[in-house]
Amino acid sequence: MTHRHTGGAAVRRDRSLGATRTGAAVFAAAAILALAGCSQPGASTATDPGASTATDEVTLTYQIWDAPQEQATQQIIDAFEAENPTVSVELSVVPWAEYWTKLQTTATSGNAPDVFWMNTPTLPKYADGGVLLPLDDVVSSAGIDLADFAPATVASATYDGTLYGMPKDVDALALWYNGQLFEAGGVDLPTNDWTWDDMVAAAGQLTDPAAGVYGIPALPTDQLSYYNTIPQSGGFVISEDGTTSGYDDPRTIAGIQAWVDLIHTHHVSPTLQQMSDTDPTNMFQSGKVAMTYAGSWMIPVFTADEAFAQNVGVVRMPLLEQRGGVSNSVANVGFSGTEHTSEVEAFLVFLGSEAAADIIAEGGVLPARTAAQQIWADAYGDVIDTQVFVDTAADNTPFPRSINTPAWESVATAEFTRAWNGEISVEEAAQSVAAQMREALAAERG
Amino acid sequence: MSLLSIRAAGRITPPRPRGRTRGRARGEALWAFVFIAPTGLGLAVFTIWPAIQTFSFSFTKWGAFGGHTWIGMDNYATVLTDPQFGRALLNTVTFTGLVLLGIPISIVVATLLNRRGLRGVTVYRTLFYLPVVSLPAAVALVWGMLYNGDFGLINWVLGQAGIEGRSWLSDPDTVIVAIGVVAIWGSVGYNLILFLAAMQSISPEYYEAAALDGAGRVRQFFSITLPLVTPTTFFVTVITVISSLQLFDLVYLMVARTNPALDSARSVVYLFYQRGFMEGNGGYASALAFVLLAIIATFTVVQFRLQRRWVHYA
Repeated sequence: MTHRHTGGAAVRRDRSLGATRTGAAVFAAAAILALAGCSQPGASTATDPGASTATDEVTLTYQIWDAPQEQATQQIIDAFEAENPTVSVELSVVPWAEYWTKLQTTATSGNAPDVFWMNTPTLPKYADGGVLLPLDDVVSSAGIDLADFAPATVASATYDGTLYGMPKDVDALALWYNGQLFEAGGVDLPTNDWTWDDMVAAAGQLTDPAAGVYGIPALPTDQLSYYNTIPQSGGFVISEDGTTSGYDDPRTIAGIQAWVDLIHTHHVSPTLQQMSDTDPTNMFQSGKVAMTYAGSWMIPVFTADEAFAQNVGVVRMPLLEQRGGVSNSVANVGFSGTEHTSEVEAFLVFLGSEAAADIIAEGGVLPARTAAQQIWADAYGDVIDTQVFVDTAADNTPFPRSINTPAWESVATAEFTRAWNGEISVEEAAQSVAAQMREALAAERG
Repeated sequence: MSLLSIRAAGRITPPRPRGRTRGRARGEALWAFVFIAPTGLGLAVFTIWPAIQTFSFSFTKWGAFGGHTWIGMDNYATVLTDPQFGRALLNTVTFTGLVLLGIPISIVVATLLNRRGLRGVTVYRTLFYLPVVSLPAAVALVWGMLYNGDFGLINWVLGQAGIEGRSWLSDPDTVIVAIGVVAIWGSVGYNLILFLAAMQSISPEYYEAAALDGAGRVRQFFSITLPLVTPTTFFVTVITVISSLQLFDLVYLMVARTNPALDSARSVVYLFYQRGFMEGNGGYASALAFVLLAIIATFTVVQFRLQRRWVHYA
């Protein structure tokens, strides 16, 4: 944590001022600084301007949110430091719940970490706010070929035609199924070329309301459901430049309707009330639903129990009109306010290297570099057909976003919740979202 | 708080310093400030200053990274037109009304526990107090399981009695009551301690005299216990209203964003969180916070006005 730096600053200032009243004022000021969560990256070199030369040791701060990836990340840092003896990298893990609040506060006060993780829906806000270092020249002079990365990850790290991040990883969804329930019901197992109608038919055969068993939960979470069927129906959530809502497009509406029909027309999904009371993930793990959409990140969860791991399988998401889906991708980004631009750029280049991608893959995360994806696929390959995720990630498009993604995403969540619950039609909900989204997007640019 | 000063009003008149003791009084005042300083500084830095900042933020529109634009009263005007605010206020006030029902429950339980010769008082007191020291997240999780429409204990018990239950937490008709019940369950223990203390400070002579006059237990309760604990009842009511109007954690923990009953459960502070932290509209959220402050202040002032009619200071 960075509190250490601020504490040091407070002590230093306190000593230099003797009088108690001013001391108290300084204490208050220091405490306010602490409140703002200020860190002082590279404070040790900044306090001594005369001594800053190229041979000096430079310390970069690097902030991530996922504790399980701390070990692999440290391995990458160690490898980087071995190649660059004059640069050391200080890693800090800030839990997800505080990550964005803290990042925004430190970025606002000019004290953001030198390098940090950025996700797809948030990148435009930081890029538009001038917080991120542009990387096009860095990448070309380092000889990195962006064609070596899954396309969705490069698109995720790009805003307004400029690359702002080194793609780190990617995720993808698949249709997970419980083979035991299929066997018991005498239903053929899902295949990679299933259509949506095949899935609905199998779900119908597997649904047994009396036993509380359903075919597939119509998940109300955008990323896990309609964000994938919308592109599959030929629709779109938001235009690529992030300025136009696609929710009033009839094809978009068809992609959403498919899910609502699972509940209210085909009756093969638990109701929204049931899914609110019991997490559908738990339903899947306890054999109450035969199939579910879930991401590559769920592999450790669904294979943790050996008996259950024997039963589960994955196939590609069933097809509506065409292949499609969304991927979230984490990118490593550099802070535009850093005092060590060249070191930050060198570190980012290393983070985007094959060596780093291999470590990420061995750590159990699907890397953005396609060559390293095979390492990841092999790691889980004996339990799960991991190739499904690799193939899906290759076809996917980035998670829909604009400068202030949450402003319209929360509107969509609220409206579609009502449609899922049968209070309004999907058409009404989508038109209402489109109207509110247009306002939100206009406000972003205003 | 001003509450304490009101309770003490008329009892203690601090002696006015005479001329020759003025120097000593000044010395004492200085020491008083020294002792107040740690709390005072903390309060100033962590509460008062942020409150002042929040107030000034409430007149601004936030850029993502600094750059606050002054927009005057626009945020306050938006509060009035925000389709979710009216509903959130209604939910919050309904919830507050429900939690107030916990006060009579607390008084009755305290009376039962205060009976002379009752065995195992400590055990009961601990049991009733346990919810107060339980983690809100754990409380929400366990109650969520009890309320579960398909597998919940409550519906199982109702099923045994031939009654069909519902999805208590995801049904718009029941969600606020379900949350209110959890809050009552969580507050009875705390209130109980206060009421027990108040009851134990009632002189036994009143009860003896009443018994001699032929008053039964019920009559004693209504004519002696209830009037003499009114200062505590007043205190508990004021505190309950203030804290209930700030409902957040139970809604946040028990009602997911995709829960169809969220509209019937969203509290004002939840809306503040949603607008400010989820949607990044800090200026508007600050205005919401001050509207809530004004509402809480109004409720509190009204209660202080009304207390003269029903609170007995012995």
